[in-house]
Amino acid sequence: MAMTHPAPQAAGHDHQEAGDTTLFGFWIYLMSDCLLFGCLFATYAVLQGNTAGGPSAAELFELPFVLGETLLLLASSFTFGLGVLAMHRDDRRGLNRWLVITFLLGAAFIGMELYEFHHLIAAGAGPQRSAFLSAFFTLVGTHGLHVGLGLVWLLVLLIQVNTQGLTAMTRPRVLCLSLFWHFLDVVWICVFSIVYLLGVMS
Amino acid sequence: MSRTATTYGGASHGSVRAYTWGLLLSLGLTLIPFGLVMTGALAGPAMVAVIAATAGLQILVQLVCFMHLDRDSEGGWTLLSLAFTVLILAIVVVGSLWIMHHLHHNVMPG
Repeated sequence: MAMTHPAPQAAGHDHQEAGDTTLFGFWIYLMSDCLLFGCLFATYAVLQGNTAGGPSAAELFELPFVLGETLLLLASSFTFGLGVLAMHRDDRRGLNRWLVITFLLGAAFIGMELYEFHHLIAAGAGPQRSAFLSAFFTLVGTHGLHVGLGLVWLLVLLIQVNTQGLTAMTRPRVLCLSLFWHFLDVVWICVFSIVYLLGVMS
Repeated sequence: MSRTATTYGGASHGSVRAYTWGLLLSLGLTLIPFGLVMTGALAGPAMVAVIAATAGLQILVQLVCFMHLDRDSEGGWTLLSLAFTVLILAIVVVGSLWIMHHLHHNVMPG
């Protein structure tokens, strides 16, 4: 919010002011995305027990497999953070290296999720089977879609950083994507806890 | 979290130490409920409470260590917008569960 800041002392502050509003605007987007996930979580929580005689959460989910997904996403959140630190040191090679590692970890996460979805559908537990499974695929699939789009964005950003360098345009973009990536890990904490842990113990 | 340089609206850059602490704490707060569910050491309301507590703590850890949330960033507007979002989330999620629980109770036979 530019209004709440003291007036810029010099014209040289313009770049920072631009990056400032960009990041805050992106934060507001994340909050609205949070509400989207909140609605999906509410739907899932309501429909969780409506299995229509089909398999329940406790019968379907393999916790150790899901723990693997969780650790991949957590590690990728960490490596993105190290990439941002490298950017603040003007270390473009370091930023590149950490972003590529983050991309690989994220891609592995998506790979595991697609495998899980394929496995469930092949076992007759697809989204059409019951209200519980419709809600499950919508919630977890929406998170996966976000991660997938984040991977595309990461690729585009890698190209931009390497063709345009670390400029007043590309720096805020890296920070925005890092916020997006950490946000997706926070949403996954809720997925892991509510869908998988609570699902398996019930 | 250690003192670090700030630029954008006072938002912290973070440090290797903050990210490492975030990673280790998140790891612990993931493995504790996972281990308890896998071994079946706890059950019922106690297990639900542990899962909720570790998840809530881990969200806080990641907000502070990874997303550098603090009271000062953007003159407090970041925190205020988050608080408002959490309020709406609580209304939507708790409200849905409450309404549907009563609907279920009143409409379903048995």
